[in-house]
This record gives sequence, C-alpha cells and structure tokens, in this order.
Amino acid sequence: MFIDFRELYQYRDLFRFLVWRSIKTRYAQSVIGIGWAVIQPVFSMIVFTIIFGNLAKISSDGVPYAVFTLTALVPWTYFSNSLSESAGSLVNNTSMISKVYFPRLVLPLSAVIAKLLDFFIAMLLVFGLMAYFRIAPTWNVVFLPLLVVLMMSAAAGLGAWLTALAIQYRDVKHAMGFVVQLLMYAAPVVYPASLIPDRYRLVYALNPMVGVIEGFRAALLGSRAMPWDLIGVGAASAVVLLLSGLMYFRSRERLFADVA
Amino acid sequence: MSNHAIQVENLSKAYRIGLKEEIPDTFMGAATGWLKAPLRNLRRLRRLNTFAENAGQNGDAKDQLPEKNGNSCEPASDTIWALRDVSFEVQPGEVVGIIGRNGAGKSTLLKILSRITDPTSGRAVINGRVSSLLEVGTGFHPELTGRENIYMNGTILGMTKREIDRKFDEIVDFSGVEKFLDTPTKRYSSGMTVRLAFSVAAHLEPEILIIDEVLAVGDQEFQNKCLGKMNEVAHSGRTVLFVSHNMAAVEGLCMKAIHLSGGQLSHIGETHDVIAGYLQHGLTIASEIDLSDHPRRVRGMQSVLKSVSISLGDGSSVNQIPLGSDIRFDVVVDPPRPIRYARLAIRLFNSVGLRVTTCHNEYQHPEPIAIAGKTTLRCIMRNCRLAPGAYTVNLQFDDHRVALDKIDSCAGLEIIPTDIYGTSRVLPTHAAIVFPEVEWSVRAGGMGERLAASFKAC
Ligand SMILES: Nc1ncnc2c1ncn2[C@@H]1O[C@H](COP(=O)(O)OP(=O)(O)OP(=O)(O)O)[C@@H](O)[C@H]1O
Ligand SMILES: [Mg+2]
Repeated sequence: MFIDFRELYQYRDLFRFLVWRSIKTRYAQSVIGIGWAVIQPVFSMIVFTIIFGNLAKISSDGVPYAVFTLTALVPWTYFSNSLSESAGSLVNNTSMISKVYFPRLVLPLSAVIAKLLDFFIAMLLVFGLMAYFRIAPTWNVVFLPLLVVLMMSAAAGLGAWLTALAIQYRDVKHAMGFVVQLLMYAAPVVYPASLIPDRYRLVYALNPMVGVIEGFRAALLGSRAMPWDLIGVGAASAVVLLLSGLMYFRSRERLFADVA
Repeated sequence: MSNHAIQVENLSKAYRIGLKEEIPDTFMGAATGWLKAPLRNLRRLRRLNTFAENAGQNGDAKDQLPEKNGNSCEPASDTIWALRDVSFEVQPGEVVGIIGRNGAGKSTLLKILSRITDPTSGRAVINGRVSSLLEVGTGFHPELTGRENIYMNGTILGMTKREIDRKFDEIVDFSGVEKFLDTPTKRYSSGMTVRLAFSVAAHLEPEILIIDEVLAVGDQEFQNKCLGKMNEVAHSGRTVLFVSHNMAAVEGLCMKAIHLSGGQLSHIGETHDVIAGYLQHGLTIASEIDLSDHPRRVRGMQSVLKSVSISLGDGSSVNQIPLGSDIRFDVVVDPPRPIRYARLAIRLFNSVGLRVTTCHNEYQHPEPIAIAGKTTLRCIMRNCRLAPGAYTVNLQFDDHRVALDKIDSCAGLEIIPTDIYGTSRVLPTHAAIVFPEVEWSVRAGGMGERLAASFKAC
C-alpha cells in the first residue's frame, strides 16, 4: 500500500495535537477570536450581494442573493483556507521536518481537519440566515455529510500536491494568495451553475467544488433538484486528485528534509 | 539474523549545495541575468534533490548504489559528500559517542539513522524503537502554555498521550518551571523554555536513543542535571548514540566512540583512544612544525611564531615520549621589530580539552628576555609526569602585555606509560592527570609516634 495507515494510526495523538494546536494558536491574542471564522464569509457576502446581486443583477435561482451566495461562500472559504493552510504546513514547520521523523502527511491533513471548525461555525450562520429569510432546508440535507467529505477530499488532494511542491518551490506560497481568489470565479460562488451552457456543464464540474456548492444550494435552499451529475463528476475528479496527491506526496516525502 | 542494535553499511549521503551566483559586470548582463533568473532558479531548485531521486529509482535504500561504477550522477562542483562509505555496528546496550569537527557529518549520520532523511547509498538497519533528539523543543509553539507544549513536543518525539500523562508530574518536576505551567511559553525566558523542552526529551523511553549536541544549553546547574540524567539513561541498558563536542562528557558517558572526519569514519574504538586520535588528528608530531602559515592561527594575529619542534631533552626526536622524560620545546620567533619583554606561553591540553599546564618564561625565567630578529627560545620541561595520553600544544607570543601571535592546537605530543615507580604495575592512566614522584613508607603505631619519628629525622 502506498500509504502506511498503521503508522499514521500510531501517530494519531500527534495528529490530534496538531489539529488542536492550529485551532488554538490561530486566534490567540485576538479580540474577536473565533469570530473571524464568520467575518470573512459575511463580509464577502455583503460585498457580493451589493455588487453582483443588486448592481449586476446576477440570477440567484429565485432565492435571496445574500443566502444564495453565503451557502457557496462557506464551503468555498473552507476550501481556499485549507489549501493555503496545508500548502504552508510544511514550509512553516521546516524545523520539525528536519529534526524529527514522523509521517509527514499528518501536517497537511491536520491543516485540512483543523479548518473544519471554522466551517461548522460558519454553517451556523447559514442556518441563521435561512431562518431569517424563512427558507426551510429540503430532505436532501441528509446528503450534506457526503458533500462535506467530498469537499474535504478535494481540499486534501489538492493540498497534498501543493504542500509537496511548496517545500521545494516557495513560489507556490506567493501564487496561492491570488490564484485561489481567481479560482473562486471558476466555481459557482457569485453566480449559479445554471448560467453555464449545457455543453460545458460536465467539463465545468471537473472542479469538485462545483458539485459541492451546487449540492449545498440544492439541499439547503431547494432552489433546484440535487445536481447529481455535477456531484458525480466532481467526486470522480476529487478521488483522482486525492489519490494522485497522496502518491505524489509520498514520492517526495523522503526529500523534504533535504530540500526544506 | 543479526542481533545488532544498529548496523550501518557503506552509508553515503550527498548533498547539493547552491552554486555561487555569478555577478554580472554590465548593465545588459545584469538585465539578461535578471530575465534568465527564473530558469536558473528552477534548474537550481530541481537539482537540490537529484541524488535522492537516483537512490529512489533503485527502489529500496537497501539496494546499494555503487557510485564507483559511475552510473550515479557525475560529481559536480556543488556536490558535497556529507557522509562517505561509513560502516559500523552498535550492540544493544552500548553507549557510543560520535565526535568530529564541524561539518564532519555527525548530524547527517543521526538524521539518516532516525529516518529523517534517506541515504544516497548504503543502508542502515535498526532493531528497536528509536527516539531521536536532534534539537530540543521541536514543535514548541510560543502561544501554547507550558502544559500544552509538553504534550505537543512529547507526541512529536513519538510518545503517546497516555505515556505523557503518566510521566507528566515527573517531567514538570525535572524542569523546575511548575509555577509557569499555564503561562504561554512566549513569556518564558529562553532558558526556561529549554529546560522544559529538555525535560520532555529526558523522559523518552526508547530502546535506542539518538542525541545530537543538545546538552550545551541551560545554566550550569541544569547542564549537570542533564548529564546526570544522561548517565542514568546510559546505565539503564539502553543503546545510546551521542554526538558532542564536549570531550569530557563523551569520555564520561561513552564506552565506545566514533570519530568522523570529512564524512568518513576515521576511527572507531575505545572512547579514550578515539578522543586522543581526534585531538591529535591533523596535528603533526614531526620534529619541526612550520608555523608561518598555520590554519589554526587565531584571527587577527601576526605571523611571529615561525616553527616549533618537540623532542626529548637530549634533542632526539621521537613520536612518543616516555612518561618521566624531559621534553624540549624549541620555538622560533621572528618579530617584525625588536622586543624588550618577550613572553612565550606553551600550553598543554589533555585529551578532554583540559589545560594541564603552562610553561611561561614570565615566571619561570629569571630575567626578561629581549629579542631582535629571528630567535629560538628553548624550554625544557624536566621529568614530565603528565599522565600518558595525547596532548595538544597551544602557543602564544606576547610583547609585554600585547599579544602578537597565538596558535591553537599547533602541535601534538603523546606520552606513553613507563614503569616510573619501578613496580611493574599497570598505571591507571585514565584516572589521573599527573603521576608525581611519591614516596610511601610504613611504620607501626599511631599518629603521635609517627610525627615524633619524622621530627627526629629532621
Ligand atoms: N540539507 C542540506 N543541504 C545541503 N548540505 C547539507 C545539508 N545538511 C547538511 N549539509 C552539509 O553536510 C555536511 C555535514 O553536515 P552535518 O550537519 O552532518 O555536520 P556536523 O558534523 O553535524 O557538524 P556540527 O558539528 O557543526 O554540528 C556539511 O558540510 C553541511 O554543509
Ligand atoms: Mg551537527
């Protein structure tokens, strides 16, 4: 097997403490603390609602634009934050890598897990806003955990790629900031996926976050039926991303200490 | 099956270090250089791991990559062999010291043994649970409290949470920072952080413990505590590999030592001998040593000391000096201007780096020495009773109170045991610094009578 799961299991305590360390230290010595987890999506929501909802009048599939974009912003924020966090996880811990042995995979993985806390807190906000607009979730919310798993695999897969590249080429770190921002427009965050011509729909869905975001909207807002086609294609590409990412990471792992 | 704790076979490790940047001399040169920089950087960054990749293609590190067959990367100017063809074995329960100059490859060896990095060729087999301590406080986060950092650091070093729970009180006790346990470590003094970190490490319970130079931290009291703990570990039957520049610590803790030099294993054996060899390494016991252009001349000194020769009192030069003989030092100096009060210090250091004696004309020669031009100063140390072993010599030449020249470890000498007491017994040479002339006598009765007897003798 290309991943030593037994070893990962042996280091489960380390994994737990790393997750906990990144949660605990991220908002240390800050006034708003964990509140920052909701401020980022909320402010984006406000700006997008004004610009894209009110001024550009982009279709929002018949639901209020604010809640339409927030249901997308929350998973997207998770995705982009865990990408930058995991890409930085090795680079910011070079002393750990060059002084101790442990399965290196725990670093990016713990970053992806730690970001879940922010995600869940922001989800509460989504439910709050839905209550405000009197929108009831559909039956399909039972599929939300599936979508969350899909979202995490995509983040972990791409994260593994970026992490392994970032340790040798620090360019990744510089590129991350704006590329992730631009990528947001490749996902249906400010516009509905229904705007994409049918011909390109499945190609578009190769971005796993397309299926995740549209799935969130369908399950929570009921604006459309569950887009299983998007989710299916997205899941396939997430699996490829995850496997290839882990494989690439494993093949590079032995070099990390030398090139760090 | 072998029952070694550690078995290392033909271990080599090559590193690429960055090539020197070319400095452009024209504006156009600078501009094109700047445009080509990304390409050059890419090539440089990619090359960082070329060696390891080659080893990787051979599958397991077990398949040796015989670089002599020339199928590995061609030697390049930016390649350094941090380790080359190192082989040795360590039996369970042995405490082995690893010594060598800076850059000799000690840390690299430990990194390979602790699986942090892979060897370029050769292999290392380890039987048993390893803990390695290449740095104290890995994973410490300044925002976390002392308590939290104990858990963080402990798990990074491979302990489970349950193990840490069990030893928690002991760790805190040992560190002596219990009052600050719930304070973020960024509010600690650096010494306190180190104490806490070392305490965690000291409570590891592996079968094989690998320690890089980490003892040289903390205050004296804490260092002694650490050495005590190390001693305890060393005597608990665990296998320990211990890198240090502190020869006294190595001598005290280790039964066996390995001397690495330029990535190669230069000597392995009994600690005392290896340390002696190490301190002697690169020193010449030749009859005359040229000092005019010496690499270990202390920075900022002028070349006044020209040569030194060490011989027996009668001038015969030998490699080994029998205990109890006269040692003659002939030092040639050539000061640029006449000197009224020449002062020459000849200092002798033993194998653990302790200065055992100094010969100095200031208090050993009745009159001031004035010299002009090239001069030979001779010092004969009569009946040298220093314990058998290797010594290094350090010379310093002053003009009155102004140091003109100083060279560390510029010569070596070895004193070999002789039957100075005429008893044909083996001298306990490791346990002493000097073997003075002594006289034993035996008389019946108590103190009073003995004193009376000696008074009568006067
Ligand atoms: N990651 C690396 N990349 C390139 N060169 C390296 C790397 N790590 C070590 N080296 C080189 O390998 C050689 C051996 O280094 P090492 O750290 O093993 O020395 P050492 O014996 O531990 O020295 P010291 O006594 O100073 O700790 C050095 O020349 C060093 O420059
Ligand atoms: Mg070192």
